[in-house]
Amino acid sequence: MEIYQLLPKTNCKECGESTCMAFAVKIISREHGIKECTPLMEDSKYAAEKNKLLEMLKPMEDAGETGLIIHDDKCFGCGNCVVACPVNVANDPEGAAIGDGPSNDKVILKVVDGVVVAQNVGECRRFGKNRILCNACIDPCPSGAIEFV
Amino acid sequence: MDANNVARVTCPACACLCRDVDLEFDDRGDIVHTYNACRKGAAFFMGSYRENRALPKIEGKPVSIDDAVKSTVEILSNAKNPVIFGLDTSSLETQVLGVGLARKLNAAIDDTSSLCQGLVLERIIPGSMKTCTLDDVRDYSDVMVYWGSDPANSHPRHMSKFSYFPRGKKRQKGWETDRMPICIDVRKSNTAGVCKKFYKIEPKGDEGLINDLLLSLDGKIGGKEIGGKGIDGKEFAKLTNILKKAEHCTIFSGLGLVYSLKNSIKLFDALIEKLNEYAPTHVIPMVGHYNMRGMTQTLYDASGYINKVRFSDGEVDHGSQYSITSTLQGKEADAALIIGADPVSSIPLKTSISLAGIPTITIDAHETPTTMISRVVIPAAITGIEAGGEALRMDGVKHELSAPRENKEVLSDAELLKRILEGV
Ligand code: SF4
Ligand code: SF4
Ligand code: SF4
Ligand code: SF4
Repeated sequence: MEIYQLLPKTNCKECGESTCMAFAVKIISREHGIKECTPLMEDSKYAAEKNKLLEMLKPMEDAGETGLIIHDDKCFGCGNCVVACPVNVANDPEGAAIGDGPSNDKVILKVVDGVVVAQNVGECRRFGKNRILCNACIDPCPSGAIEFV
Repeated sequence: MDANNVARVTCPACACLCRDVDLEFDDRGDIVHTYNACRKGAAFFMGSYRENRALPKIEGKPVSIDDAVKSTVEILSNAKNPVIFGLDTSSLETQVLGVGLARKLNAAIDDTSSLCQGLVLERIIPGSMKTCTLDDVRDYSDVMVYWGSDPANSHPRHMSKFSYFPRGKKRQKGWETDRMPICIDVRKSNTAGVCKKFYKIEPKGDEGLINDLLLSLDGKIGGKEIGGKGIDGKEFAKLTNILKKAEHCTIFSGLGLVYSLKNSIKLFDALIEKLNEYAPTHVIPMVGHYNMRGMTQTLYDASGYINKVRFSDGEVDHGSQYSITSTLQGKEADAALIIGADPVSSIPLKTSISLAGIPTITIDAHETPTTMISRVVIPAAITGIEAGGEALRMDGVKHELSAPRENKEVLSDAELLKRILEGV
């Protein structure tokens, strides 16, 4: 596992986890941020590893807490993801659920200027304690514009 | 989004005519954001009125609108065999005026449908082929077949608004369980990528597939006998079964299908009839230009035919000799009036050369290859942005178009046709 290999592997517990391995797993599940490993951040002997890790994890940070990335340049603005997302359906039964443009601000996905944008990402089913591996916006996308990292 | 600067409009960038598009304006009245419109619609609203506008011209020289109209009246009045072409991106009102002008001039009249969906529309409009509305599809269709069509690119919101993803009256559980979208095409299109079933056929393989379906529906063939068409026998049996057991099936015929059935459309008739023995099966043509359905309906109401018509002293004649390609290649046409169409970009080169050789008048909002070869160019307002009106969606349902940026400086094509009609 790449993240673990680059950590100090001293199991110093400063991050609050008992092992570096546990910390690495929780980086992936987004329960920790890499900056919580203080030895890595502060000790210059880990500088190379630190830079590599920061670079590696950058897309995750850009994507925010859910890891959702939208590739604007690919998106057709077709709205398939807007209408297919179960959270949009539940939060907007009179709009997005029946194929229309969202009728309120509680939706996650909507189309602005011809491409999809995400908001309220905290509502996404891939987020939070009971998260599930929802693919309901990825499978209907004809252009491959949605990605989770 | 500032609610004071927002207007809800209908999008005429394709024949889905989405009615839920919001536009946001800046203080000068320019459209700066679109909401809900797909990329194609957004480009239409934010770009089309700013770019590449046509100017009134005679033989390439700038003139006044009045002079351009006067010259048009002269050319059309002196012509013995004028041809009118286009009107697919005009309002219903303009179409009625255009057909009236053809009648008054004893002209031949045709539109882009003769080059594309005409074969299907001439079945749908008189009612000889079973159809339904897109609202029916959303509410009832469990099986939808995109045949030679690629809505993801041509009609981006078709699947999200009507045909696959939305909940509908009898389709409440959601797309995962409620709908069975099928794509039949010669290549794996973007639409094929999101359909649950994709049948890749060979170019011009539609005829063979229909023949096999006709046999397999009646249980006359099955399994391995299908192999030759590039479709696996087992998968083919599944297709037959899905179509047979559908509660409400809709086939979206695309250009891929229509072109390949040019000489064998009767086979498609037979298939739809046969399918209806088992399951209610409907056809909706994937009309491109936003009001081609309106134009074919308007001409049908006036003449009994959807395209390729010639008026002569109140009589109506119809036939392939009156298609744009035939009238121009036959060298009979001695003047052409093109309204909101760009035939030079879509018809064979030979026909374009004939068009350049006769006095051609083009009414268009934009400069196009056709305006460039025209003797007279008359600029028009953009319907759906600068002028309103009504249009028929691809399924024939009438929608009101909006004029969120009404522009009094450019006349609408309806006003222009009225002036020409008064003159001739
Ligand atoms: S702080 Fe860093 S080095 Fe210490 S246990 Fe956590 S991951 Fe390992
Ligand atoms: S992952 Fe699921 S819940 Fe999250 S945005 Fe996509 S469809 Fe919606
Ligand atoms: S489904 Fe894909 S292409 Fe369509 S709006 Fe969503 S991200 Fe864009
Ligand atoms: S699908 Fe067609 S009508 Fe709807 S927003 Fe896109 S271009 Fe406009």
